[in-house]
Amino acid sequence: MPPDVFGRTILAAGTTIDALGQFELHPVLGELGATLRFSQSPALMIVAVVLVLAFLYIGMRPRAVVPGRLQAAAEICHDFIHNMAVDTIGPEGRAFFPFVFTLFFFILAGNYIGLIPFSFAFTSHIAVTLGLAILVFVLAVLVSLKSQGLKFFAHFMPDGAPMALAPLLIPIEILSFLSRPVSLSIRLFANMVAGHVMLEMFAAFTIMLAGLGIAGDVLAVGPVVINIALMALELLVGALQAYVFAILTCIYLREAVAH
Amino acid sequence: MNRNDSRPEPPETPSSFDDRLKGARERQGLQSARDTASADPLDRAGWGMMLRAGTEMIGGLAVGVAIGLGLDHWLGTRPLFLIVFAFLGGAAGILNVWRLVKP
Repeated sequence: MPPDVFGRTILAAGTTIDALGQFELHPVLGELGATLRFSQSPALMIVAVVLVLAFLYIGMRPRAVVPGRLQAAAEICHDFIHNMAVDTIGPEGRAFFPFVFTLFFFILAGNYIGLIPFSFAFTSHIAVTLGLAILVFVLAVLVSLKSQGLKFFAHFMPDGAPMALAPLLIPIEILSFLSRPVSLSIRLFANMVAGHVMLEMFAAFTIMLAGLGIAGDVLAVGPVVINIALMALELLVGALQAYVFAILTCIYLREAVAH
Repeated sequence: MNRNDSRPEPPETPSSFDDRLKGARERQGLQSARDTASADPLDRAGWGMMLRAGTEMIGGLAVGVAIGLGLDHWLGTRPLFLIVFAFLGGAAGILNVWRLVKP
């Protein structure tokens, strides 16, 4: 197909919508990355960690009594997670604050980095979210065993239920307990995938319509407007899902430290 | 000129400062906005609640099916444990949703 009046050649990309291609992993850093199987996902994880650490380090370096903007932002972030951990878990929450803080800002940075064009959201891979959720789950189980001992296993039999139902109720309770990391990871992963697929779909509509000539050029504005609104929605979803992950971590840890 | 200079200053206790700050915020229309924003987003967002209920149910079922398939693979009894644990997993999923929405 020859270029049209605007000098565009939109051919292959305009006929099919490849909504899931954006989640494929590709080696980065050339030869070295290909040898190490180092894809954009761990690369952006490192970027996320560096960004969060740089934000905190540079923000807190002045150590001013009256904070500047960046220091105020860093202090607000600290207080926000600290209050969440202590309010939800109780006084023991202080011990888990670094863990919850790391988790929240790692996920938040990952969600927001994924919104940058040509970037990649590593939280859209279930391998990553399930890994984080299993980390939370194992920590909660270990804390439960440490604080409650063997009484922890008594929770799998509901209070007041007749003993005859125990063979049915105990497996259901155990499965319900085991499903926590699964639902925790699916929630984050599904939200991120759904958001990015929607962005891709409406962007592809724009390209398709732009291939239809002058009328298409006018109509193509519609999906662009929708994409702008979706970007705002994704900013909300990214923060909300990081918050949900962190608050559920706190809730599970509260149950773990409760006697 | 400062408004505070014209009236007798009460002793500067934290609570009186907090009260005056709260009053100032209310006059500026800041307090009410903060109060609504501080409600728990988990309860507030119906969309998020729906997604949460859905993932809780699917999570329970997925764990049940995975355990059933694993036991069948190990013991060679396919599809006995798959059927049993699919039902148990579904029940666990319903239990999760009930825990989520119960009053």
